[in-house]
Amino acid sequence: MEMKTEQAVAWIEKANALIQSNKEYLTELDQAIGDGDHGLNMSRGFQEAEAKVSGTDYDTVADVFKDVATVLMSKIGGASGPLYGTAFLKMSMTVKDKDPVTEANLADAVEAALNGMKQRGKAEQGEKTMIDVWHPVADFLKNGQNVQADKLEETAERAMNETKDIVATKGRAAYLQERSKGHVDPGSTSSFYLFQALADVWKKGE
Amino acid sequence: MKKVINQADNVVREMLEGFEEAHADYVRSLEGTTVLLRKDAPVTGKVSLISGGGSGHEPAHAGYVGEGMLDAAVAGEMFTSPTPDQVFEAIKAANGGEGVFLVIKNYTGDVMNFEMARELAEAEGISVEQVVVNDDVAVEDSSFTNGRRGIAGTVFVHKAAGAKAAEGASLEDVKKVAEKVVANTRSMGVALTPCIVPGSGKPSFTLEEDEMEVGIGIHGEPGIERKKITSADDIAEELLQKVLQDSVDFQGSEVAVMVNGLGATPASELYIVNRYVQKRLRDNDIQVTHTYVGEYMTSLEMAGFSITLMKVDEELKQLLDARADTPAFRK
Repeated sequence: MEMKTEQAVAWIEKANALIQSNKEYLTELDQAIGDGDHGLNMSRGFQEAEAKVSGTDYDTVADVFKDVATVLMSKIGGASGPLYGTAFLKMSMTVKDKDPVTEANLADAVEAALNGMKQRGKAEQGEKTMIDVWHPVADFLKNGQNVQADKLEETAERAMNETKDIVATKGRAAYLQERSKGHVDPGSTSSFYLFQALADVWKKGE
Repeated sequence: MKKVINQADNVVREMLEGFEEAHADYVRSLEGTTVLLRKDAPVTGKVSLISGGGSGHEPAHAGYVGEGMLDAAVAGEMFTSPTPDQVFEAIKAANGGEGVFLVIKNYTGDVMNFEMARELAEAEGISVEQVVVNDDVAVEDSSFTNGRRGIAGTVFVHKAAGAKAAEGASLEDVKKVAEKVVANTRSMGVALTPCIVPGSGKPSFTLEEDEMEVGIGIHGEPGIERKKITSADDIAEELLQKVLQDSVDFQGSEVAVMVNGLGATPASELYIVNRYVQKRLRDNDIQVTHTYVGEYMTSLEMAGFSITLMKVDEELKQLLDARADTPAFRK
């Protein structure tokens, strides 16, 4: 698919809808292995992000992503704010001057976001963080020609579920060590919703 | 919870308003933010220093805004890092054209939020450098950090790097001094009672009437050991031993000492601790050149204290002696 500003805005709207309807679940996940504020923080952040992008006229996808980055980094708070903020800021920088944004551009953008988040959080794959979803999704997008939306969603979902068996070594859950096993990572779950939303927008554009 | 507040949600804002009114000679607020700037900011011809972090550590950090120390302080919610947009606003407003230096305490949220603000500022062409302070020898990792925590030693960074900047040193040289302070400063604290964050209303941990937490963090994070309280001399000795046995070789050198109250410890008790610290260092052939006793980096209403030692050379001694004029630190 090709992404124009309408699709970029629709992506954020859909992501917000998914996060709002799963707010309690995100909180439950975070109460098990974190500090219990992920649902509330994500809900506040994406609510504000949607309000911002839905009420603004944009010329480029890069501008949409930049506004999302600004809102998320200032409204989510904690560690997730800078991480999601970084992701959208890197995506914005990558798709600057790209109109429309092609699949290849988007693959580059997600890869740049992943690298930015790894650097920001000083985390690698396999540490039970949102990186564990972003990494396989970035690989999937990069290797695919004419990527199918269903496969994108499946990839993200599988990656999210696999965080259940990981012992955390980064983030708050790291202090639980072995006890972090058996719980799905909350950050990976919110990242899954983001890609589920992208897949949804993608399907409509196919 | 018994506190002198109106509403928990308004604590930080109302505190900042009152602070600004009290210290209008020194600071002014930056409209629409939680930033307090030097009254005369942006000061041209020098590197600008900015620090900040969660609130609840007063007088840190706004108390150190003024001549010879910080150009701006960014306040987050209680024990919560300020967000990048707030730090970014502080950087833009404080920048006098010679670059901006960020003093960050080593907590995961603080480091991420400040680094992100730094990148936003760099994208606008502002030169930014930073130091991450990690002086607490108690634990390698705590529930808030990766690596050691930044505590009262941060004030030595404000003082030395601030004085260096006031001399007109380059951003690179200010950074070198800040790194020198961090490399030569070690701290450790103890708590007798917990603190209560207004928003939660509950103590962050509980201690029995006769217990203390050795190695406490400034947010009530666990330390090394919970044990029966002992005498002032014994507690001071325990903290000092950990500090002296750490990686900085203080033996035979000159040091600056800080005995810092965590919020609810009377000055009299801090002086009792200082008396022991001075004697113990003298007996160990360590010469104290500067002594600071008081509340520099608190933890709300926590009772307890921390001891900080900084090994000093000629440059650091001279920077500690340089003029500073701020609400909470004057020289």
